[in-house]
Amino acid sequence: MSIFVDENTKVLVQGLTGSQGRFHGLRNRDYGTQVVGGVTPGKGGTEVDGVPVFDSVEEAVAATGADASFVVVPPKGAPTAILEAARAGVSFIVCITEGIPAQDEALFYNILRRDHPGVRLLGPNCPGVISPGKCNIGITSGDIALPGGPVGIVSRSGTLTYQALHELSQQKVGQTTCVGIGGDPVPGTSFIDCLAAFEEDPDTRAVMMIGEIGGSAEEEAAQFIKDNMSKPVVCYVAGVTAPPGRKMGHAGAIISGSQGTAQAKMAALADAGATVALNPTEAGERMVEIVKSLD
Amino acid sequence: MDLYEYQGKQYFARYGIPTSAGGVADTVEQAVVQADAAGYPVVVKAQVKVGGRGKAGGIKLANDADEVRTHASAILGMDIHGHEVKRLWVEHASDIAREYYASFTLDRAAKLHLCMVSAKGGVEIEEVAATDPDAIARLHVDPVDGLSLEAAARLVEEAGLDPEARAPAAELIIALYRCYTEGDCDLAEINPLILTTDGRVHALDAKVTLDDNAAFRHREWDEFAGTDTFDERELLAKEKGLNYIGLSGSVGIIANGAGLAMSTLDVVTQAGGTAANFLDIGGGANADVMAAALEVINTDPAVRSIFVNIFGGITRCDEVANGIVEALGRVDLRSPIVLRLDGTNAEAGHEILASHLSDRLVVDETMLGAARRAVALAGGDK
Repeated sequence: MSIFVDENTKVLVQGLTGSQGRFHGLRNRDYGTQVVGGVTPGKGGTEVDGVPVFDSVEEAVAATGADASFVVVPPKGAPTAILEAARAGVSFIVCITEGIPAQDEALFYNILRRDHPGVRLLGPNCPGVISPGKCNIGITSGDIALPGGPVGIVSRSGTLTYQALHELSQQKVGQTTCVGIGGDPVPGTSFIDCLAAFEEDPDTRAVMMIGEIGGSAEEEAAQFIKDNMSKPVVCYVAGVTAPPGRKMGHAGAIISGSQGTAQAKMAALADAGATVALNPTEAGERMVEIVKSLD
Repeated sequence: MDLYEYQGKQYFARYGIPTSAGGVADTVEQAVVQADAAGYPVVVKAQVKVGGRGKAGGIKLANDADEVRTHASAILGMDIHGHEVKRLWVEHASDIAREYYASFTLDRAAKLHLCMVSAKGGVEIEEVAATDPDAIARLHVDPVDGLSLEAAARLVEEAGLDPEARAPAAELIIALYRCYTEGDCDLAEINPLILTTDGRVHALDAKVTLDDNAAFRHREWDEFAGTDTFDERELLAKEKGLNYIGLSGSVGIIANGAGLAMSTLDVVTQAGGTAANFLDIGGGANADVMAAALEVINTDPAVRSIFVNIFGGITRCDEVANGIVEALGRVDLRSPIVLRLDGTNAEAGHEILASHLSDRLVVDETMLGAARRAVALAGGDK
């Protein structure tokens, strides 16, 4: 089993005709993902390496039966693209776009929450989701993932998502699903959404969670772990040595006072019963020990 | 982007938020001209992006031109917590009856906008939150619904603002909400928001943080750019579109993605070294960006080794490798590079680099191994 996506997921790529959309969309298809169509207004009727392109998501869904969408369009057009997918009946939307204004994110998040409660948005500004051997939507290099489980991964940072996959795959520990939720101010899918899904997934037996400084998402996740998780969780929070008061990279990584520091997050997670590692490699090693002890 | 007080007030003015009459001055004589125009008495305020200006002597009342000269010449050039004062804001002094607080920001946990209003303004709001949390009235605003005047009126009443301040304060909060949303602010804060002795409500200070991601739809932000003082290296990085923060150690760091860059700092520290910088080349970086990153780090005399930590997703390792080769050809790198390259097109990247490996460019397979080598090349812990 896996969470959110599997071998039956049919994916549209909004922005397939752009250079990033083409590269990553076709790479997802080559991985084995059912990439059934692309959407670019004005380019309907054409194709990209055998994948049919449609003018609208509505037309694409009618023709292909797609239930997921991969949004690879620039920040100006991404909010419209996400809402178009939701209105057309797509139930799972992955948006990798970096640089969407926070006001736009807050607006489309709340429109989805109100008008399309059955739709799950992953991102924006995230690497996507991969259920190894079944489905890869996003920009993750499929060859760093290992099918078969038993570990679920959820991460707020893009590149650390790959690092986490790599650490486990190197040790021959497979993954059920790896979800990159992204570090933007209003992520469509939260740590808690993923932890809850992994808790329910019978094939996932342990969860690796990668956080970073800033905000309070890790503290909220810690509370959820304490109250609801029966499966072991290994955590790493990036930015243990970050100098306070500096903004590092994106809005998720702001330290203000003692709140949002790696130390505060690590303490909350340890208190919740999670295993807390000091770097991604150590997190991988601790997970390997836990997986061995499960057998 | 954080705005200076004067920029924040100018931004407020665009949205009809009342402020005191005043102007900007870079010299003592300009300060006098602005004071004459604003009308005495005036307040002379240091423009720095750091708190505690008043206690540091950066805010002074002046009753006439001579007093403006005295205070302006004392404040210009003053060092306030490491920030040199280069500019003043001179405004008409208000007759303050009461000091309040108002702000808008995003509540990330609720995923809604949050308006906070308090009758206890003029002091650090964090302190009020800690000592007297009930003194802060909070209202979540769903961006789909927006904020109504009725809701704003209930909020200021709940916050305990004086009866005569409530109607103008509610209107000001509506204007502040427009400024925050249409103006693409991450934070729009007024502390203190004052009630004057003649019954007017206006912003005596302005703390505004703009969302850099929204710059594409705000031409008017151009005037705010270029007023920050960066050091030479940060300026060079900014020109190249790199996210660089200088630190004080000896291991230069280049990584793709903020999370991996922070994690790289973590492992360098854990390996006994010290990071010279934080440098995130971002997603999808190409050869030019990689070469520019190496050039920026090369200008830091404290750097003894450079740890390039790349895990390709949207970034392609062959592009990174080309950038390193290009930089080796065009820049005289003073420090050896330790490279760790994984992810998208990693194999192609390693092939490109194979003929360039030497004691100046070494490859390590793991992040921890590369960190240890970089720290050793930098001369161990300092």
